[in-house]
Amino acid sequence: MRYIEPHAHMVSRTTDDYVAMVTAGCKAVCEPAFWAGFDRSSANGFYDYFCQLTDYEPKRAAKFGLPHYCWLCINPKEAEDIKLADEVIALIPEFLKNDTVLGIGEIGLNKNSRNEMNVLEKHVNLAAENNQLILVHTPHLEDKRKGTKLIVDLIKSDSRIDPGRVLIDHVEEHTAKYVIDAGFWGGLTLYPESKCTSARAIDILENFGSERLWMNSACDWGVSVPLAVPYAALEMRRRGYDDDIIDRVFYRNPVEFLSQCPNFKLR
Amino acid sequence: MEPKDKQNTVDLYFMEARAKLIDIAAFMDRVERDGYTEDFRYKAFKDALKALDSENRAQDVLMSFSDPTDELIPVATTKAACGAWPDKPQ
Repeated sequence: MRYIEPHAHMVSRTTDDYVAMVTAGCKAVCEPAFWAGFDRSSANGFYDYFCQLTDYEPKRAAKFGLPHYCWLCINPKEAEDIKLADEVIALIPEFLKNDTVLGIGEIGLNKNSRNEMNVLEKHVNLAAENNQLILVHTPHLEDKRKGTKLIVDLIKSDSRIDPGRVLIDHVEEHTAKYVIDAGFWGGLTLYPESKCTSARAIDILENFGSERLWMNSACDWGVSVPLAVPYAALEMRRRGYDDDIIDRVFYRNPVEFLSQCPNFKLR
Repeated sequence: MEPKDKQNTVDLYFMEARAKLIDIAAFMDRVERDGYTEDFRYKAFKDALKALDSENRAQDVLMSFSDPTDELIPVATTKAACGAWPDKPQ
């Protein structure tokens, strides 16, 4: 099979993971900016991180013939410090000139606070002013329903943003319909305990349609599975799906969304 | 979306679901044996079990654990979610 990994935090993974992903059929990996597991002490930390995402990590992936793309932002987990967020957002336009940047992400909400919303609005404005795709993180667990609604309502209210150029990630059974009905793309995240299993993700495809949904592992520094996407493809095969629909879900769907960014090119 | 060669869902998933159900039963036995029944997360867990009688079980279980309000909170005092809405009336 061939597949795209549309959401993986490879800076936290080993080179062995690249080998396994390429061996399993991965044709491109996309890495959103995220929280490092600790709060960075200054904008300089983000500058270095953005250099890692746009320069070092693509070179590491290229050793295995794997195109590496990234999204840039300050993650909502670090959005309570508005001054820091403003300094980091001011760094981003310079990095958008890099030819492996896909857009602004993963922005969004974490605990649904006022400052998180303030920083989300600034990111959406940055995307609108620079005609960038948007990748949105939705909150975890008990905060997801509320946060997803707040995010969808905010972005829908901005007439400069085409919902078809926005992917709202980490949807589950109680949020997928709200996202899809609003015209956005949705991401199904295959992550132990806190997000979807393969079986549930396929249920969501069966219930809400596969046209504007993709699957990703969101593998990072936590307990997570870098091969979760091809494992989900295997689960679809067990259910009796044929190669064509598996290819659509795991390859052609992400390619369709990501190709809206001219930087996204496959060999 | 439907598979061309639809398989028997019970054949595919019964053993896995059976194992998870026994794990849930054992978890509840453990919590009650160890005296943590007043923890708001356990109360939310027991409340969510009622959603198993609904038609959209997965969605309704998720909603049962969810914060149903729509207002932003003043400030985030933690980064992590705990899995159950602490302010849910018991």
